[in-house]
Amino acid sequence: MSTNGNMNLTLKVWRQKNAQSEGSMVTYKADGISPDMSFLEMLDVVNEDLIHKGDDPIHFDHDCREGICGMCSLYINGQPHGPKRAITTCQLHMRSFKDGETITIEPWRAAAFPVVKDLAVDRSAFDRIQQAGGYVSVNTGGVPDANEIAIPKVIADEAFNSATCIGCGACVAACKNASAMLFVSAKISQFALLPQGQPERYSRAQAMVAQMDEEGFGSCTNTGACEAECPKEISLTNIGRMNNDYLSAKLFRQEDVNRG
Amino acid sequence: MILDAKIPAGPLAEKWSKHKFNLKLVNPANKRKYNVIVVGTGLAGASAAASLAELGYNVTAFCFQDSPRRAHSIAAQGGINAAKNYRNDGDSVYRLFYDTIKGGDYRAREGNVYRLAEVSVNIIDQCVAQGVPFAREYGGLLDNRSFGGSQVSRTFYARGQTGQQLLLGAYSALNRQIHEGKVKMYTRTEMLDVVVADGKAQGIITRNLITGAIETHAGHAVLLATGGYGNVFYLSTNAMASNVTAAWRAHKRGAFFANPCYTQIHPTCIPVSGDHQSKLTLMSESLRNDGRVWAPKTPELAQKLRKGELKVTDLKEEDRDYFLERKYPSFGNLVPRDVASRNAKEAVDEGKGVGGSGVAVFLDFAESIARLGEDTVRAKYGNLFDMYMQITDENPYKVPMRIYPAVHYTMGGLWVDYNLSTNVPGLYCLGEANFSDHGANRLGASALMQGLADGYFVIPYTLGDYLATIGPKAIDTNNPAFAQTKKDVTDRIEKLLALRGTKTVDEYHRELGHIMWEYCGMARTEDGLTKAKGLIASLKADFWKNAIVLGENEEFNSSLEKAGRVADFIELGALMVEDALQRKESCGGHFRVESQTEEGEALRDDDNFAYVAAWEYKGEDVPEVLNKEPLVYENVKLTQRSYK
Ligand SMILES: Cc1cc2nc3c(=O)[nH]c(=O)nc-3n(C[C@H](O)[C@H](O)[C@H](O)COP(=O)(O)OP(=O)(O)OC[C@H]3O[C@@H](n4cnc5c(N)ncnc54)[C@H](O)[C@@H]3O)c2cc1C
Ligand code: SF4
Ligand code: FES
Repeated sequence: MSTNGNMNLTLKVWRQKNAQSEGSMVTYKADGISPDMSFLEMLDVVNEDLIHKGDDPIHFDHDCREGICGMCSLYINGQPHGPKRAITTCQLHMRSFKDGETITIEPWRAAAFPVVKDLAVDRSAFDRIQQAGGYVSVNTGGVPDANEIAIPKVIADEAFNSATCIGCGACVAACKNASAMLFVSAKISQFALLPQGQPERYSRAQAMVAQMDEEGFGSCTNTGACEAECPKEISLTNIGRMNNDYLSAKLFRQEDVNRG
Repeated sequence: MILDAKIPAGPLAEKWSKHKFNLKLVNPANKRKYNVIVVGTGLAGASAAASLAELGYNVTAFCFQDSPRRAHSIAAQGGINAAKNYRNDGDSVYRLFYDTIKGGDYRAREGNVYRLAEVSVNIIDQCVAQGVPFAREYGGLLDNRSFGGSQVSRTFYARGQTGQQLLLGAYSALNRQIHEGKVKMYTRTEMLDVVVADGKAQGIITRNLITGAIETHAGHAVLLATGGYGNVFYLSTNAMASNVTAAWRAHKRGAFFANPCYTQIHPTCIPVSGDHQSKLTLMSESLRNDGRVWAPKTPELAQKLRKGELKVTDLKEEDRDYFLERKYPSFGNLVPRDVASRNAKEAVDEGKGVGGSGVAVFLDFAESIARLGEDTVRAKYGNLFDMYMQITDENPYKVPMRIYPAVHYTMGGLWVDYNLSTNVPGLYCLGEANFSDHGANRLGASALMQGLADGYFVIPYTLGDYLATIGPKAIDTNNPAFAQTKKDVTDRIEKLLALRGTKTVDEYHRELGHIMWEYCGMARTEDGLTKAKGLIASLKADFWKNAIVLGENEEFNSSLEKAGRVADFIELGALMVEDALQRKESCGGHFRVESQTEEGEALRDDDNFAYVAAWEYKGEDVPEVLNKEPLVYENVKLTQRSYK
């Protein structure tokens, strides 16, 4: 591929054939990189080179390349999604790095996110947490007119802020305990704030937290690293809200919980 | 062959209600005896899988991402249309129907489009009930905005991430059914073929992307909701892995491919910055509500800007040509996408392009910022402005954005009838993967509407009719078609893995993209298309000799995944060119240079081309056969579209 850039970089990349094998860091050169390239485009260039040489390209997850699908997940120089705040790996551009720099690239590290290959991990634990209760139990059809439910704008906006989580898992990768509290609390909060979420509010919190524990995520020690690294700036206040709901769920008798 | 779309008879407004009444029902106790395969869990697939499972069917669903929440639908920004008329501004089901038919340049079916407009109102209700956080006003009720091609405000939105919020709603409904045990979900699994046994679709063959395992899944019906094929152009606003393989494999098993040449080029994307570019980023069309599109008045001024001899903010008002406002006074910057895109191309072709490459025009917010204040503009478009800044390193609050059209959406797709059934019994197609509702040009905010209409409100009714007809007898996987199809899949994988040539799959993909963009992009000619035909044929031959495909099947092998997808794109590209060649008229996104009005607008030829072109596969390297479905208009009068 013709590149017209002038940055020359050294990459140290985690390579691991599959979940069963051991991995290790491997060093690559990335030459002629343009500052206008995205970080993933820089890896594309390296991969094209590897393929030409007959070497297995570096595997990494990505899809939308515009910061919304939550698929990209690189741990760059010790930070999930790299050095810049409030963006995903795919939104990071090479102008954030210096010519001659050495860049270390690793996968998310967490027991609940086993490596699948190289830089790609298995985040299906997040899906299972959502399946445990991350929904409002309504069937298709037979619902009231959308404007029958008026929701004060401040509440709607706050629920929205929680709903912007893209499920990337950077919060888990950032946390020394590999806790998933920020992710789980964001979903619980969205529904806890909205009127539609009230009937199942407490049973939902209980079910999702139980699944989170079962998946082997660590506990929260209020360090706040998750909030600092979250590309969508999900707030720690979600965790407080979740803890309250979870405790309330425990205080109620089970039948009350089931009835809402 | 003349195709029958099975549009119910009777007045437009009664067709769907009557049809629903006439469809056969499956007895509630029998529903659990049916297994339905849903490939794709974007908006269309997730909503279908969840709704069918709620009815009691057993559903097996598939996606190639690591989670259904990451389907390409997640990237939709701007909004979703619905004829709620909450603004009291004259909207109605009929008006949404009319705008959509007209926007599609009279190449869509009346019956389908009317139904779409009719169920649009239910979609919003459904999403709100699920907890989708649409934008609200201070009074607590839902907010709306207007979108291109319409003069009413009927677009519901969720900041700049309507797609994510709608998809998370459908995903939550899907999750509930997974939890209930009614949906079995396979992620990181790619469908590689459809099993057609005794003339009916009865299963699929998949590859586990992590282990390479090739598996067979049987079902009473197969639903494809696998998205669009815009990535045939290599550069597009689609997600990197969006591809045509599922639809193309179905096509090769007998499903007709309709109107493949109808592609949509979106006017407001961030221009290409260099050869390394891997995808293009859309700036939501909603920006055209407050942004003004312009180019310098003369090529000389444009050149000065490009060379940096003149600053854009210093360019005098009289030296700016707000070409959309000038040419289309009543719609102004809100003309439909095809019109806006073509006009931007025209400006660039005349030498008035801006930016480093000269392939861009301006989208300017100075006037709105002066009128509304920076805070209001930030509240409306903040995340889009941030995205722009992130990519270009320029501040659009201070200097105008640079934009240029990019491939965005594909109106063509598998041919389906009113029931969303392809011509292969038991094989259905939903969402962007089908061709049904947008004619030759899709209006903004109507793809989300169509995907969810198909999944929540159409297929749950129409599928039952087919299932009731075939009965709940278990599928016989001993039918030789299962083993044969599986063998075809493994043979093809072996053939791909044997390719140890000199060019990477991405290089082929990029080359295909260049050919498609040059000759089958915004302006198409007989000569250009004929040339493209030859180029694609040689590209295909070269691919199967010289591509490099590394590794083996039994591993997570991105090289193999891509190779299979690009091989299919090359074949699809050839069919798109064929389709563009036969359609000698211009319509919507398909602009044949030979067919334009004196003012340079797309000139339709209704006498000869008011039909759906449905292509039939006849075998490797044999020309495909064109079947026609005549389009009949009983309610709207076909006119030259005008947005003046
Ligand atoms: C950047 C962008 C912005 C947009 N904004 C808007 C907007 O504001 N309003 C609007 O109305 N429309 C918008 N659109 C269009 C709209 O988002 C899409 O048309 C729509 O979401 C498509 O939904 P879908 O369910 O048909 O397909 P997708 O969401 O693409 O889902 C496809 C699914 O199929 C799966 N799949 C595909 N092939 C296979 C296979 N072989 N095996 C297994 N699984 C497979 C994928 O994994 C995925 O789950 C936008 C599009 C883009 C690109
Ligand atoms: S909370 Fe933030 S970091 Fe965690 S998954 Fe959501 S978006 Fe990613
Ligand atoms: S690739 Fe989708 S968020 Fe980065």
